[in-house]
Amino acid sequence: MDLDPLILSRIQFGFTISWHIIFPAFTIGLAAWLATMEGMWLATGNPVYRRLFDFWIKIFAVSFGMGVVTGIVMAFQFGTNWSVLAEKTGPIQGPLLGYETFTAFLLEATFLGIMLVGRDRVSPRLYFFACCMVSLGTLFSSFWIMANNSWMQVPVGHQIVDGKIVPSDWGAIIAGPVFLVRWPHMLLAAFLTTSMCVIATGAWYLLRGIHRSEARGMMHWGMGLAAVLIPVQLFIGHLNGKYVVHHQPSKIAAIEARWHDEKPASEVLLAWPDEENRRNLFAITLPPPFGSLIDSDSLSAAEVGLDSIPREDWPPVAIPFFAFRIMVGMGLIMLAVSWFGNWLRFRGRLETTRWFLWCAFLAFPSGFIAVLSGWVTAEVGRQPWVVFGLLRTGNAVTPTLTGPQVLATLLGYVVVYAFIYAFGALYIYRLLHEGPTEAGVRHAPATGNRPMMAAGPAETATGTAAAAE
Amino acid sequence: MWLVYFWAAVIAFAILMYVVLDGYDLGVGILFGTMTDERHRATMMGAIAPYWDGNETWLVLTGAGLFAAFPMVYAIFLPAFYLPVALMLLGIAFRGVAFEFRERSTKMRPVWDQGFFLGSLVIAFVQGAAIGAMVQELHVVDGRYAGGGFDWVTPFAIFCGIGAVLGYALLGAGWLVLKTDGELRDWAYLRLPWLLGGVVIVLIVVFVYALAVGLHVFDRWASHPLLLILPFLAALAVVGLAHGIRQRRDGQPFAMATLAVAFSFLTLAASFWPYMIPYTVTVEDAASPPQTLEFFFWGGGLVVFPIVLIYTAAVFWIFRGKVGKVAPRYG
Repeated sequence: MDLDPLILSRIQFGFTISWHIIFPAFTIGLAAWLATMEGMWLATGNPVYRRLFDFWIKIFAVSFGMGVVTGIVMAFQFGTNWSVLAEKTGPIQGPLLGYETFTAFLLEATFLGIMLVGRDRVSPRLYFFACCMVSLGTLFSSFWIMANNSWMQVPVGHQIVDGKIVPSDWGAIIAGPVFLVRWPHMLLAAFLTTSMCVIATGAWYLLRGIHRSEARGMMHWGMGLAAVLIPVQLFIGHLNGKYVVHHQPSKIAAIEARWHDEKPASEVLLAWPDEENRRNLFAITLPPPFGSLIDSDSLSAAEVGLDSIPREDWPPVAIPFFAFRIMVGMGLIMLAVSWFGNWLRFRGRLETTRWFLWCAFLAFPSGFIAVLSGWVTAEVGRQPWVVFGLLRTGNAVTPTLTGPQVLATLLGYVVVYAFIYAFGALYIYRLLHEGPTEAGVRHAPATGNRPMMAAGPAETATGTAAAAE
Repeated sequence: MWLVYFWAAVIAFAILMYVVLDGYDLGVGILFGTMTDERHRATMMGAIAPYWDGNETWLVLTGAGLFAAFPMVYAIFLPAFYLPVALMLLGIAFRGVAFEFRERSTKMRPVWDQGFFLGSLVIAFVQGAAIGAMVQELHVVDGRYAGGGFDWVTPFAIFCGIGAVLGYALLGAGWLVLKTDGELRDWAYLRLPWLLGGVVIVLIVVFVYALAVGLHVFDRWASHPLLLILPFLAALAVVGLAHGIRQRRDGQPFAMATLAVAFSFLTLAASFWPYMIPYTVTVEDAASPPQTLEFFFWGGGLVVFPIVLIYTAAVFWIFRGKVGKVAPRYG
């Protein structure tokens, strides 16, 4: 079998970006959650808030550190494997991603340092301010990433001069209408991801009968927030669908597994898309006009099928089709957990309904799965373009790469990431398992650049530190 | 047009900062592999603990800056060094977590320690080899890299890689002398002259080899003899370094090694000028359009770079002095 550098590069990018996005998605929500807890502690003086803060900041520190390590790799991937993309779109993507790097750095260098190690050195108000700034910083970070990706989805604000892509309207590039619905979608996804983790942690402690007051706080805030956000997210998600319908007919046709033009259109709920024969096997379908209603808010709108799109412009059909349904399914799980949980809470039966606590506990990855499958829908659905309508993925790959080279680096990333992640996950698991403890460990480390230090050393570290005196 | 030169200067400065700053902590990582005493190993870690991640930031800033301001260079350099760059990134990832995780488990410590040492070694070697390959000129056609994945593997580049390992170790030993006391400082002092000798030998061999095969660099020197002031200053710094070792002035070896590296870097940069990829792509060829440079200037050039500088200075100030006396965590 021939090793194709293009497909291997795509796998490598997908692998490294997927492992990376997990952590930013988690830390955006955690930063806001921490700022909220700190604010509540300042406002009410209730020590539970302080314990919750001291506990979650350790998780935050490790996650942020893992995000930074995997982010460095991303900063070079564009050049190593996608040099034609980098060269052609560098004038637009370069500064957008550059600003993201800079934002992340500014955050690390300033307020994150205060947040992680400065509790005793600054006033409570300034400390709270630092927490808010860190939260704001993570939002800004995502701002640049989403601006960049939205431009790749629906490129605007540029001109082609002598075959080069040149920015002409930065306002349109960084805050176009597509960006304005995609950024909130990502932010809400991040908040929901964190909410589900907070809920699951609370449920875990309730099931084990430990840390009851902290667990109640987690359930209260986590489920309250999720219950409010999930309907908003479903609505924003719908708006995202509309931009896809409008700008990326090939993607929406794949998501809906719609092979032929229909007017009004039906809606395939579940099926096995058979790309070869342009049909769906085992389809469960809602009759017209449900498809038009969902995609165009209309009872009679015509919807484009893959038939009217040239074969060479098709994305793979099955991947966006299933990824989209997994994402929606996760959203429904979140809806069920948060709304039913709140109902139980108002009835005063939350802590005794063990089967529900188990469900809430097991739902911890729902947010992560939704984020990943949502991104898979967006990115695979954009194929065969890397910049939609402007540059094909096949033309963007580094021309000098050979299959064995990419295979070697891909294996390298897989092995090293597996190793690093196994230990990182183990460490986060230990922190979560132990739960909030009175000893607010804060080992004066160095700088915000080394966030993991704030998570406290291992039990064995004291021996080393003493020996080194 | 001045923006093009502004960004070229910023990137040159970022690379220089990176080489000096990450150079010494990579060097300590390399020396770490030759130290067996756990007490001293812990102190060595302590001597770079507050700085290393900030030092690495300069590499990320260089990468981000190139992508935005000189995408053509970014798109030529990274494919030309595809495998070594991947090795470097894996080294960085491994080294980064090894730093944290070696403290978390005694059982796993030998694994993380090996990772830390090998990571440092690989990063240093790759960077030296890349510079060597750049001097020998990359195969560029129509603004794109057109060579093979292993073109960089030449005796000259490998020699430059070894030179970088020795040079970084020299910076590292200088740093240890500056930041530590007692046995460990004596240990570092003992290694300084050998490392210095090694670096000088490598430089001479590289020089003679380059002269023998007639590398393009030499034409530049022949036509601009004023350039030779820079290597002369570098040589003066080497003399100062040797003097510092003999007199056992703790601050001098590191300061002089830094100057030597800085002047060597300037020599190289001046020999390449105005090319960014010697001798095919000039600074102006590679630059992004003015709309991009300007957009990136307001936030990146005017805000971020000054803050990074202030941050770097602040960290060095806060953790000044010998490691044992500051003892933030490891000491």
